[in-house]
Amino acid sequence: MNASITEHKRTSLAEFAAERLIRGSGIMAIVFVFLIFAFLLREGLPAFTEVPLDNLFSARWYPIEEYYGILPLIFGSLVVTIGAAIIAMPIGLLTAIFIAEIAPRWLREILKPLIEVVAGIPSVVLGFFGVVILSSLVRETLNLPTGLTAFTGSVILAYMALPTIVSVAEDALDAVPRSYRDAALALGATKWQTIWMVTVKAGKSGILTAMMLGIGRAIGETMAVLMVTGNAARVALEPGALFMPVRTMTATIAAEMGEVAQGSAHFHVLFAIGIVLFVITFLVNLVASFAIFRQSKRSARLLS
Amino acid sequence: MERTPKIVIEHLNFTYDDGTESLLDVSSTIYANEITVIFGPAGGGKSTLLRVINRLNDLAAGKSMTGRVLLDGQDIYAKEVDVTALRRKVGIVFAQPQPLPLSLRANIEYGPRLAGVRDKQKLDQLVEQSLTQAALWDEVKDRLNDSGYALSGGQQQRLCLARVLALEPEVILMDEPMSGLDPLSTAKIEDSMQQLKQLYTIVIAPHNIQQAARVADNAAFFLQGRLIEEGTGKQLFTKPKDKRTEDYIMGRFG
Repeated sequence: MNASITEHKRTSLAEFAAERLIRGSGIMAIVFVFLIFAFLLREGLPAFTEVPLDNLFSARWYPIEEYYGILPLIFGSLVVTIGAAIIAMPIGLLTAIFIAEIAPRWLREILKPLIEVVAGIPSVVLGFFGVVILSSLVRETLNLPTGLTAFTGSVILAYMALPTIVSVAEDALDAVPRSYRDAALALGATKWQTIWMVTVKAGKSGILTAMMLGIGRAIGETMAVLMVTGNAARVALEPGALFMPVRTMTATIAAEMGEVAQGSAHFHVLFAIGIVLFVITFLVNLVASFAIFRQSKRSARLLS
Repeated sequence: MERTPKIVIEHLNFTYDDGTESLLDVSSTIYANEITVIFGPAGGGKSTLLRVINRLNDLAAGKSMTGRVLLDGQDIYAKEVDVTALRRKVGIVFAQPQPLPLSLRANIEYGPRLAGVRDKQKLDQLVEQSLTQAALWDEVKDRLNDSGYALSGGQQQRLCLARVLALEPEVILMDEPMSGLDPLSTAKIEDSMQQLKQLYTIVIAPHNIQQAARVADNAAFFLQGRLIEEGTGKQLFTKPKDKRTEDYIMGRFG
């Protein structure tokens, strides 16, 4: 009797320790995020007082002569990311539909892990591929002075976003209950009509998550973009801007941070760019989770 | 009254890809404008038979089938048969009501629209007529634009019935359509079935024996994939010939 009681005591001690450890780790993760954000603010906010705002939000980025206009960098990031989204979203969705709904089982077994392997390719390798093969291909086929353009960056980024989009969207489609498909088919819908009007519609929120995760990966990507976009900081509003060199926020930070004098205005502006990037990424995530939240609340209400 | 054979099943065998034999040498005739009840314990092949009749089992990979199913004398598994057209003629109502993620109205218009009906008046008329036949019109006529999920389970099942009726099919298959329903909704659907059989051929696999006995013009008893006995509902539920049928009806197993 006694033995069993002390034994119980020992397990509850282990229980206590384990719980504290898990709780501590959870709190630590939150603390780290806040510390990073606080650091970012501490280093970045001075830029808004050191550099006049009309300089900071001008269209000229030339730090050596104290031109700190970040608009071209924001523009560059947006062009490359939107380009990547336009390429990756339809291809990703169609690939997911193919894998989830159309491919025979053996092919699905091969394709799913293969796509996850693609997600693991380091971005510098993709950047290398972009510089050596894709950029000359772009230059020659489109007859451009240089192949290092926003478009090249978009294609590489799209390629990087695809695995995320495909695997998350495929999971979403796979989770749509069989009964939805049966119901539509039983009403005389063809396979394609069922996929498009019922399965995709029912898996909408998961597909949206997939898109946002993909875009999130694209907007934060640095290395490949640094290598293939040509890094010319300019706002080009004329048509064809997509086929000219641009410079993104991430590439600017990566390229210049190593050479800048710590504590200088330039240094602070680089962190300010980090804040802008953080805010944009945060907004994208916020919009996505809001959309998903609304969706899930609606379906929860409807299903109750 | 002269009985017209609607569906003729000849020596049907059906095996799923995991090797389970779901139907074994089943032959039967289903007559037009009658309610045919398929009953028996779970796993007897009832659902499989219904899904074979409107070819929903085409989708289940790896299954194998032998034998023939004739609709009005035409082999429904023949090469020249258009599966979607067949499914419009042979509608099915599932055990779990499954509204599509659309409004009430769109749920009902879905089938007819796929079939090419575009005329607004015709669609409106189909919506009202099918909802009335499914005994749901009075409850939903003021909120046709609400989502199909906004209904109670019983109403959803009647919506699913209405959706099938809107296709103006010839045969209606019902797979345990009342399993999740309250007695009031069940009574409403059973009432409308008596009306509907004037126009349609109904095959139903009820989830309990009392319901089977209430609605059956004809009945067929399935046990482990075999058709054990068939006859008029009256004969089968009062004077079954086979011992196993009698045992099941009397509640000695199942």
